[in-house]
Amino acid sequence: MVGVPLWWRTTETYRAWLPVNQINELAELQVCLCYRSMAHWTRYVHPVLGYQAGCHLRILNEILARDHSGDDTLSVLHVEADLSLHTLSASPCGSVVVYVIPETSVLLPQGVDVYIGHRRTAVLRMGAPMSVGKNHKQLLAHLEPRITQVVQVMSFSHTDITAALSDRVRLSPGSKESLADSMRSFKSSPGYEITFSLLNPDPKSHRLDWDIEGAVHSYIQPLLTKLAPLANFSIDSQILYYAMLGVNPRFDSSLEAYTLNADSLAHVINPVEARLGSNAASSNPVLNFLLYVPDAHHSPLYIHDHQKQPVASNAFHSPRWGGIMVYNVNDLYGRGETPLPVNININMEKVMGVFLAQLRLMLGVQSSPAPPGFLVEPCGGAGLADWELDRLMWSRTVENVATATTTITSLAQLLDQIGNIVINDNIASQVSSTVTSLQLAVAELEAGNLGFALQYSKEAILASERAFFDPSLLHLLYFPDDQKFAIYIPLFLPMCVPILLSLIKIASEARQRRKLKQSKKD
Amino acid sequence: CARAPMYDFQEELVIRPLHSGDIYASFQFRTVWDADFMGDQKVSHYRLFPKSLGQVITKFSVRELHISFTQGYWRTMQWGQPYLPSPPGAELWVWFQDTVTDVDGTWKELTNVLSGIFCASLNFIDSTNTVQPSASFKPLGIGNVTDHSFLRYATLPREIVCTENLTPWKKLLPCGSKAGLSVLLKSEKLFHSTFHSQAVHVRPVCQDPQCRTTSMELRQTLNVVFDLHTSGQGKREWSLFKMFSRTLTEACPLASSSKVYVDVTDNPQVRPFELSPATPLLTQAVVLGDRRTYSVYDLTQQASFGSSRSLNMLLRWKAADGEMLRPLLHSERYVAGYGLQAGEIHTLIYNHHPYRAFPVLLLSAVPWYLRLYIHTLTVSSKGKDNRPSYIHYQPSKDRERPHLLEMLLQLPPNSVTEVTVEFERALLKWTEYTPDPNHGFYVGSSVISALVPSVVAMDTNSTLDRPLFSSFFPCKEEASYFMRVYTEPLLVNLPTPDFSMPYNVICLTCTVVAVGYGSLYNLLTRTFQVDEPSPGLAKRIANVIRRFRGVPLL
Repeated sequence: MVGVPLWWRTTETYRAWLPVNQINELAELQVCLCYRSMAHWTRYVHPVLGYQAGCHLRILNEILARDHSGDDTLSVLHVEADLSLHTLSASPCGSVVVYVIPETSVLLPQGVDVYIGHRRTAVLRMGAPMSVGKNHKQLLAHLEPRITQVVQVMSFSHTDITAALSDRVRLSPGSKESLADSMRSFKSSPGYEITFSLLNPDPKSHRLDWDIEGAVHSYIQPLLTKLAPLANFSIDSQILYYAMLGVNPRFDSSLEAYTLNADSLAHVINPVEARLGSNAASSNPVLNFLLYVPDAHHSPLYIHDHQKQPVASNAFHSPRWGGIMVYNVNDLYGRGETPLPVNININMEKVMGVFLAQLRLMLGVQSSPAPPGFLVEPCGGAGLADWELDRLMWSRTVENVATATTTITSLAQLLDQIGNIVINDNIASQVSSTVTSLQLAVAELEAGNLGFALQYSKEAILASERAFFDPSLLHLLYFPDDQKFAIYIPLFLPMCVPILLSLIKIASEARQRRKLKQSKKD
Repeated sequence: CARAPMYDFQEELVIRPLHSGDIYASFQFRTVWDADFMGDQKVSHYRLFPKSLGQVITKFSVRELHISFTQGYWRTMQWGQPYLPSPPGAELWVWFQDTVTDVDGTWKELTNVLSGIFCASLNFIDSTNTVQPSASFKPLGIGNVTDHSFLRYATLPREIVCTENLTPWKKLLPCGSKAGLSVLLKSEKLFHSTFHSQAVHVRPVCQDPQCRTTSMELRQTLNVVFDLHTSGQGKREWSLFKMFSRTLTEACPLASSSKVYVDVTDNPQVRPFELSPATPLLTQAVVLGDRRTYSVYDLTQQASFGSSRSLNMLLRWKAADGEMLRPLLHSERYVAGYGLQAGEIHTLIYNHHPYRAFPVLLLSAVPWYLRLYIHTLTVSSKGKDNRPSYIHYQPSKDRERPHLLEMLLQLPPNSVTEVTVEFERALLKWTEYTPDPNHGFYVGSSVISALVPSVVAMDTNSTLDRPLFSSFFPCKEEASYFMRVYTEPLLVNLPTPDFSMPYNVICLTCTVVAVGYGSLYNLLTRTFQVDEPSPGLAKRIANVIRRFRGVPLL
């Protein structure tokens, strides 16, 4: 009697309390994404509408009132409007402001119905000519599908969210193209390492130099500064000598050049990757950008696509890994008279243009083709429009929430299934902080506060990963049951013998008594 | 002004024929980068310097890093002094920058990362084998740091070095194993040798004579001794091809200097061996206190390769050579005592200098499970007590930190100094034993650091080729040289339990408990009835008689 609780107490594994119910609730989480959209009307549109933004109107009028002498000024009108509208009301992260202008306005060029600028504003041309008598509701009903379309371009659409969740949730298979798109970009992570590597296959034939510091500063850094709320980025570069491609390019005598086919590109990366080296100092995913400069005997080298046509950028990218660009310098070699090695300075503008485009792809800044009638301002110096950042933040937040949820639910399942695992207090606290951050993130998402939602979702991911990968979970995991038997059998086996014997005796006595009764009856 | 950082890469191979007939080859690759790792600016663009190492240095704010992996023990008495000494197994010592606040945590992380970079078990370095030497390991680069709380030193004497450690080491070289001297680094030959040691040293050095700015220097060294009998088939005839199964065809195109040196000091007078192809270039240098002569092959010159376009040096002995100069300082260490409870560690330090006494620093780090009795520490030379002038002793804490004993000893000329300390073996917990506990437990090498008087200064004949006025006072820089000697690691048997014992104990106690339980159970469950004993024979007869008589029975 004394022994049993004592034994129970000393042999049980410590398991701290976990908010299992809340985790289970999370498993059936349904997030409702809300965006704040605002429509401003100008007086041209409708006098009936109660909402009138005098200032906006005035600005638009001012712009229109200016001298429209040349065609070129007309064409930049909408750009100017975008800027001044932005300075007027800085819209918060995650919101979309749609300005509706009358059908006849010259603010937008002919044939353009919607204009999306650099910021979080769009200018929408009123569709069909509206007669004055219609009321407010009809007007809204008329505009609603078009505003939805604008919002889908500028913040998120169903396919974006599907793509963000594609790793975690099995969805109905979409088109092959969209699946490839969704798998191209890196998964959401609190930080990324960007590594530029210059591959020099033969330092005897050319000595390469690149101004990577300046190039990063002027081309990559503005984009990363813009993306700073999303993740931490660190950039480094290296030069690798005697780095070969995995395949031998074929010589095409008609082009007098070496060619790499699209089919063989898959084999290029592996041998190079062994030399790249992983970042020992962090565990964030690495985006590799390689610049390969073929040596004098193997240049020029062109990449051909599936249609055997040369690729204009002479570059390709590998999903979730990075990009490779081939940089031909054969025109810099003299006709055999210059002594080797030749000093070559690489034109970074050409290289960085390609790498920047690849980086945008890898980070998931997808510029999906705009619907007809849309005019999207091409990305400027920062390389990223505000609304593109918002778009990315929406999908990343959803992805983070999904990841953290799956991690925490699978941890809970695991702990539930395997009773041997010790759950320490710090793991319990990590789990509960994950749950609270997740709940907060979902609440903020529903309220439309994108910035906070992203912040909370990042915290949730960090805490959930820390809990999941805590080494203390493994301490007693490999304590198999047969060892327990081996320890308990020497005790229980001898103890069983008298018990069994007395049971047999009781049974035989009972049988005898029954026999005795029967014989008495007889 | 943004000046592009300057880089410099040099490679070098020194071949020294040893008097035992073995041959010693020492590679050095040096990369210098004029970048300030210790400044506030983050260094992230690498050219010749390996990125993986640079990132580690930046992230962990490392001022100096020295790591070596060695297989085999350097036999000082047979081979003389190595150019770069290293203890058997792995050795790591790091000076952190004074901006590091949590040195122990950083050290732990650093060892884990380095263990990944070099594919070695450096992650086994923890507080139980890490010490902070107070005097023995001073920074080798610039910077006059005296606060040894930023220094960490650890050895893993058990570490086995093999190909998987060589491959990442080669990856740090700019030319990899594709060109230059590194084509000789083929693992099947390098590890078929008596001694193999590879090391990486990172330290800050001066950029200009005024030392206004610093550069980072990375030295990668690889030392290997090929055995006369296993690699040389007993013939005293060595060539590059025989040693490395490769010949040299070119220098690394990135190297500013690429040279092969062959030590021919004994050759001009005695001519014990012949070197072909001969080279007109000779250079003299004072190495380890001795003036040596070297034949130099400059790989950046096409002439070095001759008509065959490949360089395959051949050293052929003609006669058995003369006496080797006895190393001035060497040491031995062993464990004495019997039984599994107590023991004694003996360290013998030899000073072979005929007339000069010199001080040495002795450092020994002993694991906590050998409990040193520091009051039994005795130091004696020539039969007399030799009091150390400085002792730094840090007692161990069980399962936390090892013993650290550092002392400054004066070695009398031509003497043996013996340092003895007794210890008791501790009992380990059963999970603390290694998988092969009966093999024994290693105790890392002791380190002897000394300024040894130079042989050059000892040479009285030096007046012959120098003017008289220059040679009265011994020349300062040649008077003594710094040297580090590593003793043998110790293998100590600890009391090892029978590992099935816990189970035996469980079985035995369980059986006793079960027997006790069985009798108790029987006592509780059995019903006891008073049994009528059958009357005895006398009683029965008496009853029969009584029945006859009609008297009541008994």
